Amino acid sequence: MELLRFTTAGSVDDGKSTLIGRLLYDSKSIFEDQMEAVRKSSERKGLEHVDLSLLTDGLRSEREQGITIDVAYRYFATPKRKFIIADTPGHIQYTRNMVTGASTANVALVLIDARKGVVEQTCRHSFIASLLKIPHIIVCINKMDLVDYSEEVFNKVVEQYEDFAAKIDVTDIRFVPISALNGDNVVNESENMTWYKGESLLHTLETIHISSDENHLDARFPVQTVIRPHADEYHDYRGYAGRIAGGIFKPGDKITVLPSGLTSAIKSIDTFSGPVEEAFAPMSVSITLEDDIDVSRGDMIVKNESEPFVSQDIEVMLCWMAARGPRPGAKYFVKNTTREAMAIIKDVYYKLDINTMEKQEDAGDIKMNEMARVRLRTTQPFVFDEYRKNRITGSLILVDEATNETVAAGTILL
Amino acid sequence: MHKYSLTHLQELESEAIYVIREVVAQFDRPAILFSGGKDSIVVTHLAKKAFWPAKIPMPLIHIDTGHNFPETMEFRDSLVEKLGVQLIVGSVQEAIDKGRAVEESGINASRNELQIVTLLDAIEKHKIDAAIGGARRDEEKARSKERFFSHRDEFGQWDPKNQRPELWNIFNGRKRMGEHFRVFPISNWTEMDIWNYILQENIDIPSLYFAHNRNAVYRDGTWLPASEFLSLRDGEFVENKLMRFRTLGDITITGGIESDADTLEKIVAEVSATRSTERGNRSDDKRSDTSMEDRKKQGYF
Repeated sequence: MELLRFTTAGSVDDGKSTLIGRLLYDSKSIFEDQMEAVRKSSERKGLEHVDLSLLTDGLRSEREQGITIDVAYRYFATPKRKFIIADTPGHIQYTRNMVTGASTANVALVLIDARKGVVEQTCRHSFIASLLKIPHIIVCINKMDLVDYSEEVFNKVVEQYEDFAAKIDVTDIRFVPISALNGDNVVNESENMTWYKGESLLHTLETIHISSDENHLDARFPVQTVIRPHADEYHDYRGYAGRIAGGIFKPGDKITVLPSGLTSAIKSIDTFSGPVEEAFAPMSVSITLEDDIDVSRGDMIVKNESEPFVSQDIEVMLCWMAARGPRPGAKYFVKNTTREAMAIIKDVYYKLDINTMEKQEDAGDIKMNEMARVRLRTTQPFVFDEYRKNRITGSLILVDEATNETVAAGTILL
Repeated sequence: MHKYSLTHLQELESEAIYVIREVVAQFDRPAILFSGGKDSIVVTHLAKKAFWPAKIPMPLIHIDTGHNFPETMEFRDSLVEKLGVQLIVGSVQEAIDKGRAVEESGINASRNELQIVTLLDAIEKHKIDAAIGGARRDEEKARSKERFFSHRDEFGQWDPKNQRPELWNIFNGRKRMGEHFRVFPISNWTEMDIWNYILQENIDIPSLYFAHNRNAVYRDGTWLPASEFLSLRDGEFVENKLMRFRTLGDITITGGIESDADTLEKIVAEVSATRSTERGNRSDDKRSDTSMEDRKKQGYF
């Protein structure tokens, strides 16, 4: 059984909570006592219906305000796949939460109200999916029950979205007409929309091809830590522990350690269950080398045929996540894979309007939830790929040196 | 399945090992919070895999309420010996004796909340800067918002509204002196995943999880084990039941279910057919809608 991570974004009234509730409920992932608790809470609030958003909105302040503030993670499984939902709020003031939810997703669910068609929020969610390089978008055209399950309305919204989608960089886009409230095309195919020949949302989620989403071409192994057992039996053992970030490694492969440039060959790839003949992303393994060379945390082991960039200048699209914007000349810690060093923001080229993807030059200071194209200058070389080639080696965060908070997320561009 | 793809359990395992290794790489004095329950047993198993062939490079911390199941204590001691790791015990009884904590009174009294002060004392005394726990996001509403790397201020408190965003697999463990982190490597696992993994890896767990005969009292929809700490209310009586526990906490608050599942295979089958959450049998979570959030803010597991 494979694992699929998807993200949803939405605000009050667009039916996102109902849709998630329906997926959880129809896949029997909501337990009786959870349902009972939600039923009781809904009654106490004087609601006539069972408010499924109470299942996902867990924090006291969220329950008080009746909104999702943070990213909530939800889980369900069918006999075919296990799913992790990163459920995020949709309003522009929560762009940073949407970016967070999108960073690990294979699939983005974009909800459109069939009555309203493509609106600003639709564009924003799709742009975020595109910037974060989510490989697949499923556009759920919801509330079909309120437009008499009309094929014409559906086609019009699809056309509208396709016009807009020319601007985004996602190749796999699918459309499903649904009614989250009544369950049409969510789990089961709808009897109200026999004109729709495609698959239900859940069936699409169960079968969408995701194993090619990992980069299996460019071999990347960021070293997390060095394992030295200090036991007689393993006296000279020196294993480089890490999680493969791309490509396929095999014993005998010729490798280079970056940024040092030292070379060697793989002696063994070890796991607790024994050595393996090959290892690929996202496996956690330990690698031993033929030669006793200097390798430590922050280094990256790569295969010789395709090398990443090694540089102190990094071109990045930043999403600013902190209440206070970057101070002029301020230094930040940059974390990229397992490497960390100080950096300053050298140039700010432009800000990106997240609703329209338009570049705004001279748009003033960077504020929370804004995107900006910048150049970072780091105190030490980093080892990275373009984000579109590898979401692990191509991503970074900035940490404020004074507060230790994560203040920005960056995708590396060329 | 594709040749180069992992099963969901392999992917969850790999993610958890990655997180545990990040803890050891980013912190000076990490530790594993070990309760003797299945989740902390799985975390310990993952830590063993993460550093093999070396030993787990950090101690286990057990917060001893004095109200443990004897089976849990035996299990803990034998596991620690097998792994060859250090065990740190924080005693709630000692905290009460020293006046650091005050015993609850009343018929529903438990030492659940008293663990907070004991845990924070142990973290401070041993200068632990990262405490790895077995909490899962599917367990409880407040936990669904929890980060893998969860920051705690110098009072050990959690600020759920001001959490650091966590993107990709980059974890920010930077902190000031006196602050610490709670780290949850199995955040993305569900109860079903835990049981399937225990079965797949054939991990040893305390006998309490398997069906056995026990004297118990039916209260608030669950079977509370009869023990020296349990006082009967009017109309209550002790019965001998074939039962097992889905979660393990203190003997005073952990209710069991009637079950004849005496093998891992039967437990997996039972859990997959069940229609209520495992924490439904935990009276500590039933105190209010946000009782977990309130306890977590103060420094609970």
